[in-house]
Amino acid sequence: MKKFMNSADDFLKESLQGFGAAHQDIVNCHYDPNFITRATPTKEGKVALISGGGSGHEPMHGGLVGYGMLDAACPGFVFSSPTPDQMLAAAEKVDSGAGVLFIVKNYSGDVMNFQMAAEMMQGPNESVLTNDDVAVEDSSFTTGRRGVAATVVVEKIVGSLAEHGGSLQECKALGDKVNKNSGSMGVAFSSCTVPAAGKPNFDIGDDEMEFGVGIHGEPGRRRDKMKSAQEITNELLEAINEDLKPETNEEILLFVNGMGGTPLTELYLIYDNAKNMLDKKNIKISRSLVGNYCTSLEMQGASITLTKLDEELLKHWDSSVHTAAMRWGV
Amino acid sequence: MSVNFLIHRAKEIQAVIDANAGEIEKLDQEIGDGDHIFNVQRGIKLVIELEAVIKDLPMSKALNQIAMKVLSGIGGSSGALFGTLFMTMAKGNDIDNGVDFKKAIEIFADGVEAVKQRGKADVGEKTMMDVLIPVSNCLKKGVEDNKDVKEILKEAIEVAEKGMFSTKDLLATKGRASFLGERAKGHIDPGARSSQLMIKTVCESVLNS
Repeated sequence: MKKFMNSADDFLKESLQGFGAAHQDIVNCHYDPNFITRATPTKEGKVALISGGGSGHEPMHGGLVGYGMLDAACPGFVFSSPTPDQMLAAAEKVDSGAGVLFIVKNYSGDVMNFQMAAEMMQGPNESVLTNDDVAVEDSSFTTGRRGVAATVVVEKIVGSLAEHGGSLQECKALGDKVNKNSGSMGVAFSSCTVPAAGKPNFDIGDDEMEFGVGIHGEPGRRRDKMKSAQEITNELLEAINEDLKPETNEEILLFVNGMGGTPLTELYLIYDNAKNMLDKKNIKISRSLVGNYCTSLEMQGASITLTKLDEELLKHWDSSVHTAAMRWGV
Repeated sequence: MSVNFLIHRAKEIQAVIDANAGEIEKLDQEIGDGDHIFNVQRGIKLVIELEAVIKDLPMSKALNQIAMKVLSGIGGSSGALFGTLFMTMAKGNDIDNGVDFKKAIEIFADGVEAVKQRGKADVGEKTMMDVLIPVSNCLKKGVEDNKDVKEILKEAIEVAEKGMFSTKDLLATKGRASFLGERAKGHIDPGARSSQLMIKTVCESVLNS
């Protein structure tokens, strides 16, 4: 294993310290329990948005704390969900009295820990559960679909509504709507190495890829032989379209997300190939996002997320945001 | 069952888990993300480190301290589930006035029921519940039928092992392996394996005492 680290035990702490110092104009990092808040206190009457999850997905979620997005983020150990004491400490710090909205990715550990925090919390709170990964079949009898890159879109759009005075119930409803309007699917060319493990989670041949992966270096739905970028992109989009069923001329956000080890050059190439296919289907790309937002350590791979946009979603997508990872309109 | 008993069993569990760490890690890499063993090891270490703090506390307080430590120190599903187990055991009726075998089984069974609710998983979903639920049922039944303690514990060890092996051919419907669909078949669930080892260690220790 080759990684920039001094010891596996200090990996997370040193990374958080660096993040806090580099972006001290935007965030404050708190330790034991670990959570990240905005550098400025929550405006009175504003619903506080708190997300969190295992570390290793940076910039999600710490890099999404700031004006127009999250009020706080709780980073767990690498690929392990954060714990209720982190959520409670973060909530106490950022709740201005208007309530707390937890944004949670649908993974068993995250769901349980956020639920326990919600049960222990005194004040009003709601949760939005993201489950945009179309690689997994949805069912009420199973854990269901994973929450992946669309979580970034949910946080942006709901963050804007909260900033503009949306109530706790309105924020929760909009979060659910964005999630329902989104579909994602990912593919990986390599695994990744959790610092404490010291070796990659799975071996994969030079000519192979894992199709339908999540964001934890775990195997996907199936292993395939490598194909051309256009073929891979088409397969990802077909799976998403089948689930999302965008109508002809419907406006969408096309979000090409890197898993951490794929260069932007390739992500833009995927964007081009995705545009080819969406153009043919007369689906209108009205907003775009390309970059590493919801990563899986150093995994080589990418995911595509489509979000169907209406006027309300467009307005909140476009509004100003100022975080470490996303910044526009300010 | 005393606080001292809990600490000693934790130390024995640590030795057994460490000895099987490689196997558990491999199981998790096959159908999970490889972190289960580190979470379990960290949790046990944290419990053992509590010794000085909890050794003179009443049972309810000691169990609660263990619960909070496990909950905040492990993270992930394991932290929430084991935290729930100990938190529920801590709420057991009248446990500060001594916990005999029957009482220990009663609070353990209540704990397992709470874990089942928290994780929303039942037998047959390829999780640690495939070990914990049958073991809990077996222990309860043994006490109800007034069976000999040693006989009950031997049976529990067998039930745990059977439950653990049963996860091999199951399709996962809960937890992270559920995302793999058919690919998860043919692999033993790492959480079922670690739970089985813990059950076995505690039962054997009592049997040999």
